This record gives sequence, structure tokens and C-alpha cells, in this order.
Amino acid sequence: MPVSDTPPILLSRKLPVRRLEIALRGDWIATAARPSADEALAQLGKEDAPAEVCFDASGLGQWDSLLLTFLTLIENRCKAAGIRVDRRGLPDGIRGMLELADAVPELEGVRRASAKTGILGKIGLLGIAAWEETIAMLGFIGEAALGFGNFLLGKAHYRRVDLYLLIQECGANALPIVSLISFLVGMILAFVGSVQLAKYGAQAYISDMVGLGMSREMGALMTAIIMTGRTGAAFAAQLGSMQVNEEIDALKTMGFSEMEFLVVPRMLALILMMPLLCVYADLLGMAGGGLVSLGLYDISILEYSHHLLARLRFQDFAVGVGKSVVFGVLVAISGCMRGMQCGRSSQAVGMAATSAVVTGIVMIVCADAVMTLLVISLHW
Amino acid sequence: MGEPHITVSGLTMAYDDFVIQRDMNFTVNRGDIFIVMGGSGCGKSTLLRHLIGLIRPTKGSVSYQELSFWDASPEERRRLMMKMGVSYQSGALFSSMTLAENIALPLAAFTSLTPPEIQGIVSLKLALVGLAGFEEYYPAEISGGMQKRAGLARAMALDPDILFFDEPSAGLDPISSRLLDNLILHLRDNLGATIVVVTHELPSIFAIGNNAVFLDAESKSIIAQGDPKRLLAECEIPKVRQFLTRGGNGKADTISQGSKQ
Repeated sequence: MPVSDTPPILLSRKLPVRRLEIALRGDWIATAARPSADEALAQLGKEDAPAEVCFDASGLGQWDSLLLTFLTLIENRCKAAGIRVDRRGLPDGIRGMLELADAVPELEGVRRASAKTGILGKIGLLGIAAWEETIAMLGFIGEAALGFGNFLLGKAHYRRVDLYLLIQECGANALPIVSLISFLVGMILAFVGSVQLAKYGAQAYISDMVGLGMSREMGALMTAIIMTGRTGAAFAAQLGSMQVNEEIDALKTMGFSEMEFLVVPRMLALILMMPLLCVYADLLGMAGGGLVSLGLYDISILEYSHHLLARLRFQDFAVGVGKSVVFGVLVAISGCMRGMQCGRSSQAVGMAATSAVVTGIVMIVCADAVMTLLVISLHW
Repeated sequence: MGEPHITVSGLTMAYDDFVIQRDMNFTVNRGDIFIVMGGSGCGKSTLLRHLIGLIRPTKGSVSYQELSFWDASPEERRRLMMKMGVSYQSGALFSSMTLAENIALPLAAFTSLTPPEIQGIVSLKLALVGLAGFEEYYPAEISGGMQKRAGLARAMALDPDILFFDEPSAGLDPISSRLLDNLILHLRDNLGATIVVVTHELPSIFAIGNNAVFLDAESKSIIAQGDPKRLLAECEIPKVRQFLTRGGNGKADTISQGSKQ
């Protein structure tokens, strides 16, 4: 390509027999200011419009894609006005590229018009989406239950190694974060409660409050929320990536049920590990409360634990553990369902993980409200 | 044309202690369609990743017109990289953006073009790869072959000097792959770009390549260089002959002969 530093110039002149010559001079590159196409286009729209347009590129220096788009613009206008275009005056490179661009004409009906939906339409679409979502969720729960039934009958195909790894992942590997959070939650409960209790000189009852709060409610709830963010999201991302890589299709074609092979082991791992994590969180929360009452109100560990043991009943733990089993099922269902529903792109994997966490937390909190109401009205 | 564009000297590629290829020397001239070939696992794609500056060489250098890539300052390196376009094996389109947004991304970031100008270039590039009208589609909504071509359109967005192709015809039907070969030839002829293609598709190799290196996994080195058609006619190294004749003993395969015409 010839190199010149001249600015781009656009000239047009009329030739005999209603021909318009468009002359390109100088360097037509993106960094330089370029003449606008309006002037040339205006000539094409006039009443004495030419019947043919030709080009003179003898003075053209460097050029890039922008010149091509410029020429395409002129050609499109010519086509619309029924004016012939003579490309012979253009350099070979430009002509070749323009021909290449014309080689595959646009298919009819390919281009999309973005349709605007009104507010009623949007509400309707939301309703339809919510309905479809409910159907999909019920369907998933049903299939998962069937898979679980097969597992209980010993007919499910899955890899035992996978199950053990999942149990380790959902159990032992979650201990550090569960320890930290539940210990701090226990301390917070003690802090907040003790301020009120101290007004009546009832600091000795901190242990009752922390004990009941952790065992019946906070232990299970905090573990469940941690596990949604930690494990539910991981399940969704992993199953989603498997969906993207066609691994799930491969499993299906080998004759495995993806429910039995992928979902049931994950559900089982969470159902087995959540109660253990919950009891562990209960105990650490109580320890956190003990530290606060020792530090702030000089209540000895012995006294604290004595109060705790006198007040706590087996039921209190049982309520928390029962909840945690339900939460385990919910975390597994939300994580696996979003993963299995995942589309086939990296963006879809991100959305699957996000929506697994959102679904999981919503379901956990709603289920917790229902169960708490139930437990209280039954006087357990 | 004819002047050296990319010079690789003494390049050794390794992952930690595992050497993939050692002491590679070759030159890609301006306007070449340069083929990197070899059996599976010989380091073709790794070489490509070295050429486009994704991996730092363990030893040796990769230079672009005398300028050694890794000795250059970060700004120079960035400028060099902007002059390269890479068409990845499966398109590597950003799935959260439409095709138009994918192609417009580098244009909006690195040039001072106005939105209508960018839109014009986007439509042009899509038309060049035969995807006119697909601006508003997401990558997940089009077929694999179309994704690949859209990836090429994005690679061409900034009018690069050098275009790299990683397995351009993998996963394409013979006709599409032939069209892609023609497109590559067009781009070289019309834009004067230098093109580096990593492939083991024989028809493509003979149809478009005018220079090549043959990597060998066992000896971990380049065992043949030159025009693939000449290699087929003259090269005496059994491995290269076998590769170029699809395992046949010396005679070119019917497919490769067909594409030579």
C-alpha cells in the first residue's frame, strides 16, 4: 500500500451521459478526520440524479474498513435509487472486499426488530414465566424423588467415590467457615441479649437465651445459608458447566439417569451432613455466648454450662436438626435444579449459580417461617 | 511483501520442567499464509499462544519486524497485540453480548469512531464472513460454524496486520471449510495481511499455505519447513510424508490432490 500523509478528500464531478464520478484522494484511515458522505449522497437524491456512479481512486493512499463502510453506504443509496454502480475505478483490494461482502446476501427474515412490550404484556409474560417455573420445579422435585426412591431400593446407578467426595466437600471442608460464623453468631446473640437482660439483673439467663436461640433456630438457619452460598452455588456451577460441555448428554446416552448419577448423591451428601454441621454450629454458638458472658459479666464457664444443661432439652436440638434436614434438601434441590436447567453458555452458568443462591435462600427462609410456626403451635 | 514479519529465534516452549518444543527457528514473511502443522499434542496451539503473546517463552524470542515482543515495553506490547487478530478454535465469543456488541467492543475501546461508524464497520465485517443481518443474535443462538465465522469477524474488527487462526476448519463441513479457506485467501490478497494458521486439515494446508513448519512431538523440534506443496513433492522425512499423505506411503491422497487444483 502506498504511504502518504495527505488528508482524505472527497470530490465529485459530473461526467457526460448522466454519470457521476466520485474521486477519493489522500489517506482514508480512522485516525484522520474524514469528509462526510452527506454531500455525495445529496447529489444522488437530486432530481437530475445520475444514472451511473463511478469512482476515481488514482489518488487514494492508505485505507481501512471505514472507507469500505463509506462506499457501502453510497452503494446502498444508489441501489435504493436505482442507480448503477461502476466499481472498476476502485483498487483491486477494495473491490475484492466489497464483492466478498456481497457474496452471501442477507437472508430474508434474519434481521430482528426489537419488539416493545407494554406493561400489561410484561405482567402477562412474568405470570407465564412464574407458572412455567413452578411446573419445572415440581417436575424436578418429582424426578428427584423417583431417583431417591431408586437409590433406597438399591437400584440407582452412581459412583460411590463421587458420593464420598461430595460428603467430604459438604461436610469436613465446610467446617472452618461454619465454625467462624456460628461462633460469632453465638457471641452476637449474647451481646444483644445481655444488654436487655442486664437491665433486670438477669445476666445469668444469657445462657438460656443463647442456648435456645442457637439450638432451635440460628444454628440450622446460619448453616443452611452458608451452605447455599458455598455448596448450592458450587453445585449449580458444576452441573451448569457439565451441561455446557455436553457431559450430561454423554451420561444420558450411556444410559445413566442424570438424576440418579448427579442429583441423588448431592442431595444425599447434604441430607447427611447438614444435621451434623447444625449440631456443630449449635455447640460453637453456645461456646461463643459463653465467652461473652465470661468476658462481660464474669459468669464462669461452669456456671454458664450448668444453666445451659438445666435449660436445654433434647427437643430443642431435635427441632434444629429436623429443620436442618429440610434445609439440606432445599439447598440440594435449588443448586441441582438451576444447574440442570442451565443454558449452554458461560453467561448461563453465572446466572445458574446466582439463581441457585437466590432460590435457595428464599426457600430456606420461607420453610423456616412455616416450620417455626408449626413447632410453636404444637408446643414442641 | 517478502520482508520478514514475524521472526522466531531459539524459541523453547515448556510448561515448568516439561519441554514441548526446543530451539525453534523460523520466519514468517509479510503476506504469507503460514501453516503450523504436526500431529496431535506436538505443541501447535502452544506455539500459537506464544506467537500472540499469551505465554512468555522459556527461552528464545518472538519478534515482530525486529521488535522482540517480550523485550518491548508494556505499551509497545499492547500496540503490537492490537495489530493482531486471533480467531479461536470455537469462536470464543462473549456469550453475554450480541454479535454486534462482540465486534464493536474493541472498536469502541481502542478507536475514536462514532457509534454510527462503528455500526457500519460491524455490519461490514459480518457481511464479509457471510453473516449479514445477524447483528442482534447472541452466540448461543447460532450454529458452531457461524460462531466461528463471527469470531473471525471480531478478529478482523481492528483491521489487523496479522491474523492468527487456531484450527479454522475443525468442526466445519467440507463446503464451509472451503469457503473459509477462500475467505482467508481473499483477506491476504485484498488486505495484504500476514496469516498464520494452526491446522492439520490437509485440504486446507495445500489450498492456502505457501509456507509451513512441521512440528514433531517425539524429537520436540521442527523437522521440516517450507511450502507444503513442495514438502509433499520433495520431503524425504517419513513422518512428514506420512502426515501429508494421510498415512499413505508417499502418494498424495485423493483429497489432497483434489484441493490442489
